[in-house]
Amino acid sequence: MSEKLVQVEHLRQYFPGGGFGKNKKYIQAVDDVSFTIDRGETLGLVGESGCGKTTTGRTLLRLYEPTGGRFLYNDEVIFDVEKKQYADMLPFRKKMQIVFQDPYASLDPRMTIGDIIGEAIDVHKMASSKKERYDIIIEMLSHVGLNSEHANRYPHEFSGGQRQRVGIARALAVRPEFIVCDEPISALDVSIQAQVINMFEDLQAEMGLTYLFIAHDLSAVKHISNRIGVMYLGRMVELADSYELITRPLHPYTKSLISAIPVADPKKAKESQRIVLGGDVPSPLNPPSGCRFRTRCPYADERCAAETPEWKELEKGHFAACHHIDKCN
Amino acid sequence: MKQNPLSFQLNLKPEDFLPATEEEKQSQIIMRESVGFWKDGMRRLVKNKVAMASLVIIIFVMFISFIVPMFYPYNYKEQFKGANHLAPMEYSAEEQARIDAGEKVFPHIFGTDKMGRDYAIRVMMGSRISLIVGLVATAIILVIGSIYGSVAAFFGGWVDLIMMRIVDIIYTIPDILLIVLLSFALKAPLENLKSVPGFSWVGVVGENLISIFIVFALLYWVGMARMVRSQILTLKESEYVTAARALGVKNGKIIRKHLLTNCIGTLIVTTTLQIPSSIFTESFLSFLGMGVAVPLPSLGSLASDALNGINTYPYLLFIPAALISLIILSFNLFGDGLRDAFDPKLKH
Amino acid sequence: MSDYLVDIKNERLSFFTPAGEVKALNDVSIHLKQGEVLGIVGESGSGKSVTAYSLMGLTAHPGKLLGGSLYFNGHQIEQLSEKEMRKIRGNEVSIIFQDPMTSLNPVYTIGNQIMEAILLHTNKTRAQAKERAKELLELVGINEPEKRLKQHPHELSGGMRQRVMIAIALACEPKLLIADEPTTALDVTIQAQILELMVELKNKLGMAIIMITHDLGVVASMCERIAVMYAGRIVEYGTAEDIFYHPKHQYTKGLIRSIPRLDTKDHERLVPIEGTPVDMLNPPKGCPFAPRCEECMKICLRQMPPVTNFGEVHYTQCWLNQKEEFETSSHEKGAADE
Repeated sequence: MSEKLVQVEHLRQYFPGGGFGKNKKYIQAVDDVSFTIDRGETLGLVGESGCGKTTTGRTLLRLYEPTGGRFLYNDEVIFDVEKKQYADMLPFRKKMQIVFQDPYASLDPRMTIGDIIGEAIDVHKMASSKKERYDIIIEMLSHVGLNSEHANRYPHEFSGGQRQRVGIARALAVRPEFIVCDEPISALDVSIQAQVINMFEDLQAEMGLTYLFIAHDLSAVKHISNRIGVMYLGRMVELADSYELITRPLHPYTKSLISAIPVADPKKAKESQRIVLGGDVPSPLNPPSGCRFRTRCPYADERCAAETPEWKELEKGHFAACHHIDKCN
Repeated sequence: MKQNPLSFQLNLKPEDFLPATEEEKQSQIIMRESVGFWKDGMRRLVKNKVAMASLVIIIFVMFISFIVPMFYPYNYKEQFKGANHLAPMEYSAEEQARIDAGEKVFPHIFGTDKMGRDYAIRVMMGSRISLIVGLVATAIILVIGSIYGSVAAFFGGWVDLIMMRIVDIIYTIPDILLIVLLSFALKAPLENLKSVPGFSWVGVVGENLISIFIVFALLYWVGMARMVRSQILTLKESEYVTAARALGVKNGKIIRKHLLTNCIGTLIVTTTLQIPSSIFTESFLSFLGMGVAVPLPSLGSLASDALNGINTYPYLLFIPAALISLIILSFNLFGDGLRDAFDPKLKH
Repeated sequence: MSDYLVDIKNERLSFFTPAGEVKALNDVSIHLKQGEVLGIVGESGSGKSVTAYSLMGLTAHPGKLLGGSLYFNGHQIEQLSEKEMRKIRGNEVSIIFQDPMTSLNPVYTIGNQIMEAILLHTNKTRAQAKERAKELLELVGINEPEKRLKQHPHELSGGMRQRVMIAIALACEPKLLIADEPTTALDVTIQAQILELMVELKNKLGMAIIMITHDLGVVASMCERIAVMYAGRIVEYGTAEDIFYHPKHQYTKGLIRSIPRLDTKDHERLVPIEGTPVDMLNPPKGCPFAPRCEECMKICLRQMPPVTNFGEVHYTQCWLNQKEEFETSSHEKGAADE
């Protein structure tokens, strides 16, 4: 058994973005992303919309066909585009699951909660009788703080937080080891977000789960992740232990991301100096040459336009990709 | 001494400030009554007066066209001598004689046609044929259209492109021309089929009617297919379908369990609205003489026959024409009601 | 008359849905002076947007104003006809919506849409309006206004569109700007830009702002007054300092506690507010927050608490604050009886 449950190397995911033949354009949603996740660990993945964090998660589950790179799960090849190796996914669907962002869209409105969870059980033939199937459903509901009374109800009868619990119960029903949490708290109210984050932590402790936790809210991710990776426009720009990343960010983008988070404290908010980034995120259809952050970076120079910065381990376990780490620290 | 006037006004007791138990807290949360998709839709449908009135008319028309003929004293084929072109409620000379003799004779409510057949039963049989054609044709359209549309949408890419171009081509074929051609082309093979044991029903139904069904199966499903396709295309992108794929659910099951069930509201509505249009097409074809075989009547052929004597016997045209309008109108209104009840999104 | 710009008193508003009456607002009172910034904080369905919309006479279909008075800048809103209301809207009060993607019309150019707002409420000529539109774009920090005026919404990014929306809202120099979750749909770095812009504009133009949001972080930096709403009621109202440093209502306390913070130690557990939000069709009899409240008392389940005042602005509706008062007063009463 490997320490490293998930090993992703040079993952690339391009989507056709219009045009034909030679002029065909590609949206470079994910470009050369590498990371590993240890068994029982939580890796947070943050970034702004369009940075490729959601695509990364979905490509790992082969919900999209990868354009390039390699993904080893527990030392078994899920896909290796260069060697053209692709695993049969069905057995792995039991091991890897996903929880979605929008609890309104991710549950089939015509199915009862029991059937939604039951679908997972049916696909992998995990129950030999109706009774057993029902028992598993009830067990899953109780894991996420719901009860048997809820099994015969429809999604629209629940609040956003409860629906998200159902979504988690569905993912848990196949008893997976690895769960991609695709912005599971973004659509929830603040008071409910904390409930769901705590529940993810409890479930991890209980079942030894490994998470890839995707979100755009750095402060929420910080509470659940062991390590955090920051993505910008399809590339990973920094990856470090979560406490380290928040307290000593090295990449200028991470710095501005942290300082942009509104502080819920009037005095501190007035004192704090925000690094407000100018401009907008460029289109992934036509990303800037070299370092993709250079168009908004206060330290950018010619070198940033000419060369793509190397993904380096600057300190133990602290990776970043920037030409000017020394200048901006 | 300072007193809080409020606390006296509210008449508070120290016990009121004791902590509440968990059960007491939970008792405040009332779980709403569970309402499923069907129940919720039915509730809205029943509230819609126009739709309910239409439904009553549809049921009434079905009753007189399917049940009443079974015990009606006259037969649609039976010809009465000397009873040609009777006015409504009029009796022939022979019948008048029997009445005078003290016999009870059932009146010809709508009179008789030029062959001396009771017109009321012919209208009933005509609407039966029209309804059957409408329902069967719609069923054919529903099955072919929804399967075709969902397959095209689900697999997408080249499959979708080719399948939808076929649909476009079919759209360009003039349907009346094809019906005329088909009914001629199929005449001989169907004639032969009639004599094959077990296929004698072909004669009863009539070659024309069968070619109408074949044409429906060949041509009219395209609208349905397009509609289903566009619905499935949006549904396919929804996260619960992605979730099902992540669970490893097979494609066929995803189409059946998630995609088709979620467009069932739209399917019901479109199907209900397709029925009157099929009825109309059949009536129209029968009116042109390409519909059901004599002596079987349909509302269209009845109207067509009546055209010759329109000046003298206008009611022969008026009655089937009014019935066609009534059936089509009530199916349309009922379909609208269904749409409001089961597919509120479509309204806007 | 009142020296407030906005003075809403005991507003009650219900939505009559097929499933039953939803009491969206219960005795909501808000007042705001010229140039003040009020933040309304609450979860989805707490009635924060409904309050602001009703002030603009924009209550959506099954909604009905049942009581209370809404005063704004010399107008008694609830007595105005739709025609009179239209003169005020976009002129004296304007609104910025949450989603900049859908609030601009995709078939018209940016210039067209800004100019429309100007021409509607002023007597300016088209040329003057165009000049003004350019000024406005510069004001909201958009470079090359001349070029932008000719662009269509889809050519701009989300942050840019929100700037355009702000420019349109400011076209007639309104006395009050209502911002309905103006940054929720935007990324963090863009959110920071827009918030900065709003503070800057407020200082420059001096209009009052009502900021509707679910994010306490957003109100902390820019609002002087904060109203915390829960289930159609203002459960606590006060200055930013009152709310953040001396919260008196259990919901406010819970809300502040549950915010994930960056400055905590590694892997600190979050403190959520347990339970689920109120079902507005079947609200609890007493205090709406009671079923989720850790300090819930028997009285809380039976009766809505009265208002407790702390100083001039700060007030809350919670029985816990009445408890102390009740205990001291009954103690004194007991002493007096002896």
